[in-house]
Parts: sequence; C-alpha cells; structure tokens
Amino acid sequence: MVRKIEMQPVNRREVMKIVGAGAVTGIVASLLPSLAHADAAKTAAAVKKAAGGKTPASGKITLELPQIAENGNTVPIGFEVESPMTDSNYVKTVHVFADKNPNPEVGSFHFTPGSGRAKASTRMRMAKTQNVIAVAEMSDGSIYMAKSEVKVTIGGCGG
Amino acid sequence: MAKSKARVKAPKKIKKGEVFEVKTLISHKMESGQRKDKKTGKKIPQMIINKFVCAYNGKEVFSSDWYAAISANPYMAFYVRAEASGSLDMTWTDESGAVFKKSAKISVT
Repeated sequence: MVRKIEMQPVNRREVMKIVGAGAVTGIVASLLPSLAHADAAKTAAAVKKAAGGKTPASGKITLELPQIAENGNTVPIGFEVESPMTDSNYVKTVHVFADKNPNPEVGSFHFTPGSGRAKASTRMRMAKTQNVIAVAEMSDGSIYMAKSEVKVTIGGCGG
Repeated sequence: MAKSKARVKAPKKIKKGEVFEVKTLISHKMESGQRKDKKTGKKIPQMIINKFVCAYNGKEVFSSDWYAAISANPYMAFYVRAEASGSLDMTWTDESGAVFKKSAKISVT
C-alpha cells in the first residue's frame, strides 16, 4: 500500500508534462527509465501504433467491464464491435490497452468473417484503478476506439 | 508447464449458419515478470502464453496475442459461425515454445 501512495504523484507529474509537450514524450520517457508503471505517453504511443497513425472514431465498440474490481489479479473483460462480419466487411483486430499497468498492452484479438460476431471475453490483471482502452481495426481500414474506467481495490501486480 | 490442463466448451450440435460461443480455459502461471522472489529479491522472469489460435476444420477463425496483463489460467471466450461438421482445434503457445492443444467436435445440421 505504501508503494501505491508513492507512485501517484509521479504519474500525475508525468501526465502534466505530456499535456504540455506531446512532441517530447520520448525524452520524458527516457528521463524516467525506472518508472515501474506505464505512463500516459507509453499508452498513447501504443494506441497510436495500433491505430496505424489514423484518428480513431468513437462508437461501434461496447466494453463490458466491472465498475469496481475487487481483485486486480483477475478482472473479467469483454467487448463487442458492431459489424455484419461478412467477407467484405468485418472486424479484423481489437487491441486492448490498460493505461496504468506496467506495460500498456493487454492483448490483440484477431477476428475473421468465420467468427460470426466480433465479440470476445477474457480476464486481465490490473495494477490499480485505470482506463481500459479498446482499438478496433475494421477490414476497410477504419479505426474505432472506446475507453472505460475500472476502479481496482487490490492491485494485481504481483507486488 | 508441460502439464497444463486445457478445457474447451462448445455446443455438440448446432444448426448451419448459427453463431455459437466457444469458451476455453488453460492452466498456466502466466508469470508476469513483475513479481519478485521473496528470498532473493530478484524479479522472476516473464513466462506467459503469448499466442492462442482457434482453427475450424483447419482454417483459422480466431486468434489472439497475449501480453503479461492477461491473468493466470487464461480464459478466452469468442464466437464462431457454424459451417460444417468437424473439429475446433485450439493451440496455445508459451514463450518457452511449449505448445498445448485441445479440440472439440461439433456436428452441424
């Protein structure tokens, strides 16, 4: 618990820096090499990479997440992307990120027209209260994004 | 980890064209690389399953890449459209290269 309290101001400062200077996020990250948790810059970079440089649109994605997770070791997560799932129009991949875990990547889920529905669920670890971000890549190249916050009572970071 | 136990749940009988859910579970520590050995204080190296694939009669219908944020004993549920009778073959691969397999037979009417 002590560690948690110590971490918070670091992260906040971090966020402020990035808001001020988005372009130097790389430098900020290199100045804080020992930072244990994923910072906003790392998450933003991962999301940007998943989106292939495109600006994601909102909508189409439904995230199924608990509002409060008592145990961060195993948080049920589910998502569904609206799509007819035909050969010409389907959801290719859904990338899931968590912005305050040690690493932002959670998983990438690849669908095919044979999936029938772009819906999946799994269980994930959450170090602390944070946002879960889903980025969906459609077969026509369009990108959608959704975000939802989960409050975590006991972190699942093995500490 | 060679003894990983896998379970797959899918309907035995299904009508053609219907979309059904497949639930899978495998036992695996999914060592996150963040935990420390209490005796030595050293970090325990990461060892996770990072690839899951479901093939339906030999054709890949769903796959996923996992990172350390996926919980131990990973659960994965997804959907498949029934086309023909046959088998759903799951394959999990971990970072040591170990491969775990489990199949489910389905009959499409």
